[in-house]
Formats: sequence, C-alpha cells, structure tokens
Amino acid sequence: MKTLVQSIAELAERLGRDVNLMEVCGTHTMVAFRTGLNRLLPESVRLRSGPGCPVCVTDANYIDAAVQLCRRPDVVVATFGDLLRVPGSESSLDRERAAGGNVRIVYSPSDALVLAKECTSKQAVFLGVGFETTAPTVAWSIWRAARDGVRNFSVLCAHKTMPRAMDALLRDQQVRIDGFLCPGHVSVITGAAMYRFLCERYKVPCVISGFEAWDILKSISLLLTQLVEGRAEVEIEYSRSVTEHGNAAAQRLIDEVFEPNDASWRGIGTITGSGLAIRSKYSNFDAAHVLGVTFGESHVNPLCRCGDILRGVSTPLDCRLFGRDCTPAHPIGPCMVSGEGVCAAYYKYEGSAAA
Amino acid sequence: MCLAVPAVIVGLNGTSATISVEGALREVDVSLIDDPRLGDYVLVHAGFAIHKWDRSEVEELEAIRAATDLPEVLA
Repeated sequence: MKTLVQSIAELAERLGRDVNLMEVCGTHTMVAFRTGLNRLLPESVRLRSGPGCPVCVTDANYIDAAVQLCRRPDVVVATFGDLLRVPGSESSLDRERAAGGNVRIVYSPSDALVLAKECTSKQAVFLGVGFETTAPTVAWSIWRAARDGVRNFSVLCAHKTMPRAMDALLRDQQVRIDGFLCPGHVSVITGAAMYRFLCERYKVPCVISGFEAWDILKSISLLLTQLVEGRAEVEIEYSRSVTEHGNAAAQRLIDEVFEPNDASWRGIGTITGSGLAIRSKYSNFDAAHVLGVTFGESHVNPLCRCGDILRGVSTPLDCRLFGRDCTPAHPIGPCMVSGEGVCAAYYKYEGSAAA
Repeated sequence: MCLAVPAVIVGLNGTSATISVEGALREVDVSLIDDPRLGDYVLVHAGFAIHKWDRSEVEELEAIRAATDLPEVLA
C-alpha cells in the first residue's frame, strides 16, 4: 500500500497542478474518512464528495409526505433505517414514531411486502429511496406484489439515477471536477458502459472503485495516470464485481416497473431524467396514486449548505451551522444525518473542533 | 445506502437462500443472479444477492485486505 501512496505522490508531481476528484458515492466518502486515506494524499489532490448519498439528496417535501402518511390510522410506513432521522420541514419519521406514528424499520423491501401480508387492515407503504443499486430490489417487491395479488402494498417512489446527476455537475460552471471515482455498487447493476458519454462529452476520466481503502487509492492512481497521459476513459478498478454491461436481470426488473422522470435533488434542484417513477401499469402499487399523496413546498434552514456540499462546491467547514447548531445529535441538514453524509464524516473523523 | 456485503450461500430453497456473513445467517432472495449454488460467494444488498463472485474474485478481495496496512502507512 505504501507503494500505491508513493505512486500517487509521483503522479501528482508530474501533473503539477491541483485536481478535484469527486467520489460520487457516500460509502466511498465514509471509507476515505474512516481509514484516514484522505490524509495520505498530496495537497494538490483533493477529494470532493458528490451527491451519491440517497438520504442526503432526498427532498424535504418527500419526508413531509412520509410524515403525513405515518400519521394515518390506515397506513404503516416501512423504511430503511437511514431515513428515520432526516429532517423534513417540520418533523422527522423518528419524531413521529416516538409520538406513536406507524413507522417500521425494514432491512429489505421484501420485508415490507411480508409486513403488508401480515397486516392486512393497513396499507403498507415502503419508502422507495435509493439509486440503481436499490431500485431493482424495490422493483422486485412491486412486481411480486402484483404477481401475488397483494392489495395493501405500495411504494412512495423517489428513486434516483446517477448519470444525469453527474452530467448536471459537469455542466455546472461553479463546480470543477477533474475526475470521477464512480460508485461501485450502482455500477454492479448498471455496468461500466453507462459512464462513457461523460468521458466523451466532457473529457473527464471515470474510474469505478471498490470499497476497500486499497481500492480507492488504486482508483485515485488510475485517475491521475489518465490525467497525466491526457486520456479520459472509463476504467473498472472494482473488476471483481463490475462488468461492462452490469446485471441484466436487475436492469430488466427496473425497466419493467419504472420509467425515467425528472427528479428533485435536495439542495440541487430538478434534474431532467434523473429519477424513476412507477409505470402506470403498476399504479396500484404507487402510494402517491393509491393514497392521493401530494408533495408540497418544503422549508429548510436557509443557512444549511448541504446543496453546495453535495455539488462539491463547498466543504462542511464553509457552513456556519456545522459543528455548532448542526451536529449528529441535532442534525439540521441531511448530510449530517446520514451515516454516509459528508458532514457526519467530517464531524466524526476530522473533529467538531474543525468548526 | 448502497452498502453491499460479501456472503456465502449455505442454504437454497428456490429463489430464497440462506447466506452467511462472517458466520451470521440471513435469508436473502437470489432471483437477480444466474444459477445460484451452495457455496457460491455473492454480494448482498438490501436482502438481495446482486452479483456472484468466482473464486479468483474472492481471492482478490482477500489479497487486497491482506495488503491493507494503513496504520503502518500512516506512521
């Protein structure tokens, strides 16, 4: 590993300029901080966290809608634990649950389907949040519910997909990205080919990275090598899991159940074609349709810089709330709530004293 | 949220499998991977196996973990 760190230093020196490398995925962010590998990089190589933490980019009005649902006596809301503490405009699912709201934490969307079958007097609503990694598992639960004729299962869908979001960042004049560390488990499903248009259109190198510290350092060295050699290609460092075309069965399921839509990213805004909506043939499993859910205006703290942080424009240290008003115990922005959020990573591993 | 963990299939019943993650057992769905078999190493996300590793890929992970000597590098 020492060799790898040395080779990164040599490549950075040959390059002779500052570079911003964006690790898109929240899990990569956490590995970089937890292992301290970010401190092994030369000063000229900066890691910037991207919008790849699904919890962080979920709009506050989605949380508001989920809060309204869990207050209904005819509904039980099933969710991954990650979403529980995310603040909406006025409340969170955690707070609602403490006040008697119907919220259950599940490990898998299939557990939510089991919950529906056990709890027939209520509509079980699964909170469908996540990227391409998670989308096929939710698509499976909808497809299976349809096959089994389950009438009290539905999904409040806010799935998002990566390529259009990465494209939007590269078009953003405020953001400078010299290379992408592409998300590993999204790519297990989608395949590497998905990123090629970014290399061609913007001449930006993309390396799909695994999740060990070694993988990330290796990926950084591959990105720097491309920059030194003036190449912009998709490379797969995580070749033990990622192929050129991905998991065909998972892609078929996504396509069967979902269609692309324009999605709203917290702090970033609406990005064309960056989301997944439930197709009309499965509308009986779309909670928004079945329960008449509407998404209102969301109200978030105007001082919260999560939007700039998710675009790689700012770091948590640029935020006036960070470490003072906004802490893991009392989070204001979603980047402090999520275990994969960059503010939570800074707070835990760089110390609140940094604020 | 896109966390996925390596596991080994120790039981199979149709599209349902029992997996072991470092000794902890859990039921997962294996309908997203081709031809699941007992002893296969799989990557598991949200209750689903999403990828099957062959032996050389498992060995690669073991080698990477063995080569990860961060405390020494940091010193």
